[in-house]
Amino acid sequence: MAETEPYPPIDPTNFDLIVIGTGLPESIIAAAASTAGKSVLHLDPNPHYGSHYSSLSLLDLTSFLTSQTLNPQNSGTEDAPDHTTAVNVITRTIYSDIEICCYDDSVTEHSRKLNLDVAGPRVLFCADAAVDLLLKSSANQYVEFKNIDASYVCDGNGELVSVPDSKSAVFKDRTLKYSEKNQLNSFFKLVQGHLEAVRAGDSGGDDGRIVSNEDLDSPFGVFLEKIKLPPKIKSIILYAIAMVDYDQDAGESCKDVLSTREGIDRLALYHSSVGRFPNALGALIYPMYGQGELPQAFCRRAAVKGCLYVLRMPVISFLLNKDSGDYKGVKLISGQEITSNKLVVDPSFILTSSPSESVHDVSKVFDAGRVSGKLARCICITKGSIKPDTSSCLVIYPPRSLYPDQAMSIRVLQLGSSLGVCPSGMFVFYISAVCDNALEGKKALHGVIDSRFSVHTSGMAESSSADQIESTEVKPTLLWSASYMQDVIEGSMGPVVMTPAPDGNLNYNGLLHTTSKLFQKLYPDDEFFPETSNTETSEKLEDDSEVGIES
Amino acid sequence: MHGRPRKSATPVDENASALKAAELRSLQSQFLLNHHNNIYTKEALELNAKLIEANPEFMTAWNYRKLAFEQSQSEADSDRIQAIIDEELRVVEIALRKNFKSYGAWHHRKWVISKGNSSTERELKLLNLFQKLDTRNFHAWNYRRFITGLKNISDEKELQYTTDMINDNFSNYSAWHNRSVLLSHLLEKKVEGYFPKEMFLKEEYEFVRNAVFTDPDDQSGWFYHLWLLDQTVKVDTPVLVSSWPTHGSEITKTTFPIILCFNEPVEGVSLHAVSLQIENDLFKNVTWSPLSTNKFNHGQTWLTHLTIPQAELNSSKIFQVKISSESRQGIISLSGVPCRPWSFTFTVLVSASHDLQNVEEHSLRRISVTDESFVKVDVNSNVADFLKSYLEVTSDYEQPAPSKWKSEMIASEIEQYRELLTWAECKIGKLTLARLLMAYDAMMSSDISIAPMTHVDEVLQLYSELMKLDPTHYRYYKDEYSLVFLKQVTSCKESLMKYCWQYKESNSSDITGSMCLRLNSLSLSQIGSFERLLWVQSLDLSHNQLHSIEGLEALQLLSCLNLSHNNLSSFTALDPLRFLKSLRVLDLSYNEIGAHTVDTRRYLCSSPLSHTLDYDKKFEEVANGDETVVNFWEAYSIFGGLNITQLDIMGNAAAVNERFMLFLVKLLPGLKWLDGEELH
Repeated sequence: MAETEPYPPIDPTNFDLIVIGTGLPESIIAAAASTAGKSVLHLDPNPHYGSHYSSLSLLDLTSFLTSQTLNPQNSGTEDAPDHTTAVNVITRTIYSDIEICCYDDSVTEHSRKLNLDVAGPRVLFCADAAVDLLLKSSANQYVEFKNIDASYVCDGNGELVSVPDSKSAVFKDRTLKYSEKNQLNSFFKLVQGHLEAVRAGDSGGDDGRIVSNEDLDSPFGVFLEKIKLPPKIKSIILYAIAMVDYDQDAGESCKDVLSTREGIDRLALYHSSVGRFPNALGALIYPMYGQGELPQAFCRRAAVKGCLYVLRMPVISFLLNKDSGDYKGVKLISGQEITSNKLVVDPSFILTSSPSESVHDVSKVFDAGRVSGKLARCICITKGSIKPDTSSCLVIYPPRSLYPDQAMSIRVLQLGSSLGVCPSGMFVFYISAVCDNALEGKKALHGVIDSRFSVHTSGMAESSSADQIESTEVKPTLLWSASYMQDVIEGSMGPVVMTPAPDGNLNYNGLLHTTSKLFQKLYPDDEFFPETSNTETSEKLEDDSEVGIES
Repeated sequence: MHGRPRKSATPVDENASALKAAELRSLQSQFLLNHHNNIYTKEALELNAKLIEANPEFMTAWNYRKLAFEQSQSEADSDRIQAIIDEELRVVEIALRKNFKSYGAWHHRKWVISKGNSSTERELKLLNLFQKLDTRNFHAWNYRRFITGLKNISDEKELQYTTDMINDNFSNYSAWHNRSVLLSHLLEKKVEGYFPKEMFLKEEYEFVRNAVFTDPDDQSGWFYHLWLLDQTVKVDTPVLVSSWPTHGSEITKTTFPIILCFNEPVEGVSLHAVSLQIENDLFKNVTWSPLSTNKFNHGQTWLTHLTIPQAELNSSKIFQVKISSESRQGIISLSGVPCRPWSFTFTVLVSASHDLQNVEEHSLRRISVTDESFVKVDVNSNVADFLKSYLEVTSDYEQPAPSKWKSEMIASEIEQYRELLTWAECKIGKLTLARLLMAYDAMMSSDISIAPMTHVDEVLQLYSELMKLDPTHYRYYKDEYSLVFLKQVTSCKESLMKYCWQYKESNSSDITGSMCLRLNSLSLSQIGSFERLLWVQSLDLSHNQLHSIEGLEALQLLSCLNLSHNNLSSFTALDPLRFLKSLRVLDLSYNEIGAHTVDTRRYLCSSPLSHTLDYDKKFEEVANGDETVVNFWEAYSIFGGLNITQLDIMGNAAAVNERFMLFLVKLLPGLKWLDGEELH
């Protein structure tokens, strides 16, 4: 704050909607509301877009993770004129147990060339809701995608084997037995036949191709066993295609049992993703320059539709009606008070409890959102790829594949310089796992790091690059890592809407589902991105499949 | 490109297409005017290009461009020609974008490129584009072979390309096909790693197994597998598989046919290639002719008639006859491979008291082929000895033991597909297993230490299952079943004996003459294994489901044939009878001759316009100006050259026609019995 510039005054001072935080859900709501013709003010206390969904340089990321500590604002409430009460807000950090290790100082020289996702690993499936939303909202014009080259699953021996995720992948696979190839592809066909029958409105179960309702309600793992798929195939389908988090064989103690119905839907999503875009070979795509491009794309979309953006503008208190306790507006750090009908905040906000004031039940307008779980995340920067000649790939460690009491699957995403996230020769890895506590989470992260990366204590890592090309066995050298725990906070539907924190999924489907529900809660009479009247453009985009994907 | 349902046209579409048609008609008439007046101006060519863009299928328009090209080529300098070529390629490209399956467009492109002068680099790029758009487009694959040939791109490199294409999507018939073409080239050129063929077959079996096991319902891989199987079992050189008379046999007639059966159609069986020696003297009065040839005049069975020279007939004497083809030239297969040398000898016993009485008797009495006429052949009789030695000798003709790698390869394939069938109910898998098992048995047949046809019961079971599983192709499976069944019957003495019966009232001194092979009531739909039945004189095929008797012409000794109660649907289906000059007794009753308006066997029979029959002229005589007789040409073409004494034809739609029956009587002057009634 050396040169504390004066906070600019905002004009007008009344909006239909104020959105605080520029994470993906907030940005989508801002864009949807603007598209629906609302006047929107979009604020962010940070100097960058994206909040918890941003992609940052190495130094910015470090400070973002560590700075999210308690806001030094005074707690409590104070009376303001005009029958309003100002309730001071504080921000909470959703990150804990942050460990940052730098093994090679040279990496900080490249700080600006690195675009590190705060909420990695995360990708889009070519046929998923996020891609549809980008096309529908025309936000796709602001972002380009690239294919994730390969997808691997770690077998019990620590070998990375390609995920046979399609007919041609099954054909090409050299690790499956012939019988396994037949079983896997037969299963794909079974599911395809089932989906076709469902689409055709055929509800009868006699066909044999159609999965019975009883089976649909049973756990997916049980169903896969019932149709006699061997454990290896079952594991690939559950963890590397349906992307299940928890060990489905754990029986009663499994926290999240996937139903066959949901499992089939996930398989269908995966399969329709393969080949949706002619220039994307696999099922998965990733935005060039990082995930942070997605919220920005929606912010641009919102701005086009008239949304007003102010960054570096913290909010210090919420204004409530003194008598009714209803939400009226916000007070900015500049002292300016802005009123709006509705308010959307990102999950880092909590209100101070006000012991002196019992009249105003703050929770009436504001629910701080439920912390529903914890995620262990890790960002690693390395020299060298996990697999030779592979720039980007996804690696799945199914439960129990890394260590015996591994109760959840661990996902690792490797991104190379072709995605614009790091200088050439470096690779960025994101690792994540759902967990109950930091101990369990860190064990998972370190399990991957210790088995996959090597650490050069000497600090002179330059010489190793030549060897790596020659031998496939050489592990990538770890240059820098940051591991941290993140709280998973569900959105809340109070009069003041709180958006969800990044969840533990690989894609955005869950988040988008919540976001569209939040929008409907805010504006029940408005459509969440209506189909554009100019149908020709949208159709053309569908046809040409130009989500800006480059091959 | 594939599997997209056709949408029905909306009124808007229909209007648009009507408008387009009008436009097209006007373009077309203008173009034709130019064409007729040989106008090849720039404007005329532009008009033509416009027409081609609208309708790339119009061959005349393409030919016009070729004419224009040739005319300007004679006048222009090389720069100008280059420009014209570029323009032609551009027009083709536009046409292909409109319809990339346009024959005319692809052909024109080939034509232009073969004029030289243009870069083929661009062609490969264009091809990659087209083959990406529609990976199976066979036009593009065809053109690719043309271009890679021009550019001398190595077959290995192209093989890698097919591998890549198959890896992308193995459901690609064109890619698999190209693979088989390339491998054949590499084998032919004896490229290292591809010759001999066992070098690549094992890998290819494994490669295609990935496709077949991943999706057994996808047929493209199976087709390739069939090609591999054929490559594995194929005998590279043609061989003589059997003959009549057989090696070491004794003949008691002075005039008899000599039959040579090869494993595949061959040509060049002539005096030059085959030497016939009687008592070490070269005998030159021989003419070999093929029985039923393919369109290249290759025949699988060749025939000549030998008459022991009259001068030698004075007293009882034994002659030794040796027939051989020692040189590696002369007899060659369709693919130009010469036949393996062969030879066989037999003796002719000429007795002074040779009489023709038996033959006379045949024609006087009506021959009845019913169960009552026969007795079972005694296991210890001379018939058993005859069959044993006949089959043993015939087996000796066949190829030497196959290479070990072949039988191992087939055995391993059998194991794999047996496994596949344990978890997948798959018709083409069963069919493949049946083919593999038959191939294996055939390979092992030359090894006498193994019992012949060990897998035949399993194969018959597989075909029975297939008939139930896949009713659409019932007839095919039934035919295969019948052929396998006959292979089994003819494989050994024990099985063949079951079907051999002795005439009760026969005083023939000839073993085979007194015997009838009764393959009746076996629900056979086709017959085969003729090379092992050359000795048969009397054959009962009644109460089967025969719709064809292709190959029967090899049985040159046949004098009595019962085909009653079958599914023969036309005279054309009986064409092989034409060659059976010894045939006297024929029962065709209760078939479907004349009952079908569509004749599916037409291809077998000669046409009245072709004048290919040596007794052609007779037809006009028999017809005697009767116009309706023209409809009986097929019957004439078959029976016209035969000397049948006993014919049964009742129970056929054709036999209801009285005029036809009269025609038959006229046609067959030797006929004594017709439908059980004696003729006077």
